[in-house]
Amino acid sequence: MKTFTNRNPESVGHAVSIARDAIGGGRSVVFAGGGTDLLQLVKERIPNRPGSGAPDVIINLKGIAEMNGVSRRNDGGLAIGGLTSLSAVSANTDVSARYNAVAEAAVSVATLQMRNVGTIAGNVCQRPWCWYYRNGFDCFKAGGNQCYSVSGENQLHAIFGGGPSFIVHPSDVAPALVAFDAIFRVAGSNGERRLSADEFFVLPRDDARHENVLADDEVLVSIELPAASGNVRSGFRKLMDRATWTHAVGSAAVALDMDGDTCRSASIVLGGVAPIPWRVEAAEQMLAGQTITAELAEAVGRAAVEGAQPLAKNRYKVPMTQRLVERTVLAVAG
Amino acid sequence: MKDSTNGDLSRREFIGGTGAAIVAVNATTATAQDRDAAEARAIAEVPRTRIEITVNGQRQSVDVEDRWTLVELLRDHLGLTGTRIGCNRGECGACTVLIDDEPAYACSTLAVWADGRSIRTVEGVERDGKVSTLQQAFIEHNAPQCGFCTSGQLMSATALLERNPSPTAQEIREALSGNLCRCSNYNAIVEAVQAAVKMGGA
Repeated sequence: MKTFTNRNPESVGHAVSIARDAIGGGRSVVFAGGGTDLLQLVKERIPNRPGSGAPDVIINLKGIAEMNGVSRRNDGGLAIGGLTSLSAVSANTDVSARYNAVAEAAVSVATLQMRNVGTIAGNVCQRPWCWYYRNGFDCFKAGGNQCYSVSGENQLHAIFGGGPSFIVHPSDVAPALVAFDAIFRVAGSNGERRLSADEFFVLPRDDARHENVLADDEVLVSIELPAASGNVRSGFRKLMDRATWTHAVGSAAVALDMDGDTCRSASIVLGGVAPIPWRVEAAEQMLAGQTITAELAEAVGRAAVEGAQPLAKNRYKVPMTQRLVERTVLAVAG
Repeated sequence: MKDSTNGDLSRREFIGGTGAAIVAVNATTATAQDRDAAEARAIAEVPRTRIEITVNGQRQSVDVEDRWTLVELLRDHLGLTGTRIGCNRGECGACTVLIDDEPAYACSTLAVWADGRSIRTVEGVERDGKVSTLQQAFIEHNAPQCGFCTSGQLMSATALLERNPSPTAQEIREALSGNLCRCSNYNAIVEAVQAAVKMGGA
């Protein structure tokens, strides 16, 4: 592997100052949570930060206690430290009791070996798994100026929100977090900021090289989940081209705030079909104030894929996503 | 082949011997000496860190290059070659070891990140010089075919039985789903784990 220096800060402030100093000295920097994805990129010399090449300094966050674990917030919500492993997220009873879709999404990631080491922040911030980017093409995501999928092999690419890059956001956990209006708490040289999903994730039309607004010296410290009432039911479904250990061809996180048989409000967020976790508001609104029937769920599925713009080889994703939404809504409604 | 003078050489010794011979030939030229010196300087500049790590119950202090993966430390520097490198990118499971009793891919974490942690490898599962119950069951049920994935399978199965002494077949399949077997001998592997459960555990 290319050489680099590993640093082990013990606080978020220290981690950020190491990054700031290294960047100021002309060295490229990357933060490591579990590092499972990062190391594959470093070994293959695929730029983690677009255009930066392999990192000179890896800042290992594992020793930062304040970033690990799930805690209850005063407002009744939860704060999930960025370093919390996916195994710990899915096993946490506060998460599964009120935010079941998050627990289900976490346990759907890769394998036990990966979930034991991989972190929730790392899962949200992992780079895309587009086969062009991962195989050394000089695409937008690597710092280049084109998306090879447009006229190439785009079976697994975006049907929503694409252009000029057509990657799909690879995280399973992110759609579930967004379904609960999660807040992303970020720390960097310029202080701390708390960002909504709309502010945190970026479409390629706004920035084709990055999937989120994190600067090179910024860390995703924690993810805050606002209080969810005991009447919220949620679930996550992930479609894969094999039974396990791969990314979503499409996924859906659904949260329904129920009053008896009536749905007060709904969140529906899709993964694996757009460059960011993709909220389908028109479909959500159809459920508000309604009793959920098979007919309504079917109409919601149709509404969810309205406006989809498939590429030459991923047209199958439109009816697939429609049925995925329909079935997930019905399953969560129970 | 009974007359072969190399009859007692293992494959590893043979490859090692070949490498030494190549170095000896190169060293006879000045340019090669320059190259070796440059290489030695480059290696001296590689960032290194001293870590404390417990491997199969033995605590040790090791000076590691920051860039070494855990599996490189185990195989190339601690001589524990039971842990395999298959894909070296977290896609096969052959390098599975236990880090603080939890299965993890040793190719996908750095040795320097294992500072203060306890690692168990396939060399550590034997009991009093005898194979473990799981290993015995693997032998009896022909769970290894080519054998390359076996040590990883054993580590995942060991961790499973330690946290769940009587798993269902489905639970066994799920626990081993992060370990590929290119011989596709999955049924025999699951049978072996089930047999180990009947024989009294890991």
